[in-house]
Amino acid sequence: MDLLVMKEEALYLRRNVEDFTGPRERSDLAFVTFDITADLQSIFDWNVKQLFLYLSAEYSTKNNALNQVVLWDKIILRGDNPRLFLKDMKSKYFFFDDGNGLKGNRNVTLTLSWNVVPNAGLLPLVTGSGHMSVPFPDTYETTKSY
Amino acid sequence: MLSLDFLDDVRRMNKRQLYYQVLNFGMIVSSALMIWKGLMVVTGSESPIVVVLSGSMEPAFHRGDLLFLTNRIEDPIRVGEIVVFRIEGREIPIVHRVLKIHEKQNGDIKFLTKGDNNAVDDRGLYKRGQHWLEKKDVVGRARGISNGTRES
Repeated sequence: MDLLVMKEEALYLRRNVEDFTGPRERSDLAFVTFDITADLQSIFDWNVKQLFLYLSAEYSTKNNALNQVVLWDKIILRGDNPRLFLKDMKSKYFFFDDGNGLKGNRNVTLTLSWNVVPNAGLLPLVTGSGHMSVPFPDTYETTKSY
Repeated sequence: MLSLDFLDDVRRMNKRQLYYQVLNFGMIVSSALMIWKGLMVVTGSESPIVVVLSGSMEPAFHRGDLLFLTNRIEDPIRVGEIVVFRIEGREIPIVHRVLKIHEKQNGDIKFLTKGDNNAVDDRGLYKRGQHWLEKKDVVGRARGISNGTRES
C-alpha cells in the first residue's frame, strides 16, 4: 500500500498538571498542532469498507520504555473523499504522559497509521511511511492558550 | 405426519443399519467439535469466533457481525489494535480499540481503550478506581471480520 503522508507540527508546549482524565498524579501534558496531507485512494479496493486513520505519538521515557498515545483519529468510509488536506489541527485526545517524560524529550515521533476494515476478511494495521520527530522544549509553558 | 414417517423408516432398519446411522451422526458432531477445538488451539483464544454485541465500534462493526480472534500472549499490545478484554467482575467481554499504552522495560504494560463510536474513552467502564487495563484483562485480539445479519 503506497500513499504519500506528510505531517508537520506547528507548536508544542507542556504543562505539569494533574491528569484529570484518569489517575490523579501530576504528569506532563503536551499540546501539538499539526497538518496532514494524505492520499488514501490506493488503499480502497473492492473489499475495503472503511479506514480508521489515527495519528499517534511514540516515545521513550525514564518511567516507561515505550509509550504510544493516539492524538487524533478519523474514520474514512468508502465513498468519502480519500484525499486529506488538513491544516492547523489540534489533537482530539489529551496528550498526557505517565509521569514527566515529555519535558526535554527530543525523540517523540508522530506517525500516521490506519486500520483497514474490510467487508469480510483480515483487519490489518498499517503504518504510513512518513513520520515526524517532535522535539519538546525543556521548559513548561503556563501562558499559551491552545 | 413427518415424525410418523421418520419412525417408520427407523422401524424398517435392522439393528446394524441403526447403529450405523447413530455412528454417522456421532461422527458429524465430533468433527464439528474437533474443528472448533482446533480453532481454539490455533488461535490461542477460548472463543475464536465471537459476535459483536453493541454498536460502540460502528461503523466498522455492527451488532451481529462476526469477529475472528487470536490470543497469542507474545503479540505486543500497540495503539490502534482492536482488543477484546474483560473487566474484573464482569462476564461480557468488550471489543474496543487501544488508545494509549505505557510499557515498561520488563514488558509490564498498562493501556487505555475506547470504542470508535463512543465520545469518551473506556475509563467509565473500568472497575472503580481502575484507570488502566493490563495484559491479564485481554482475552483476544480481533484479526478478521465477517458481516453478520443486519437488524434493519
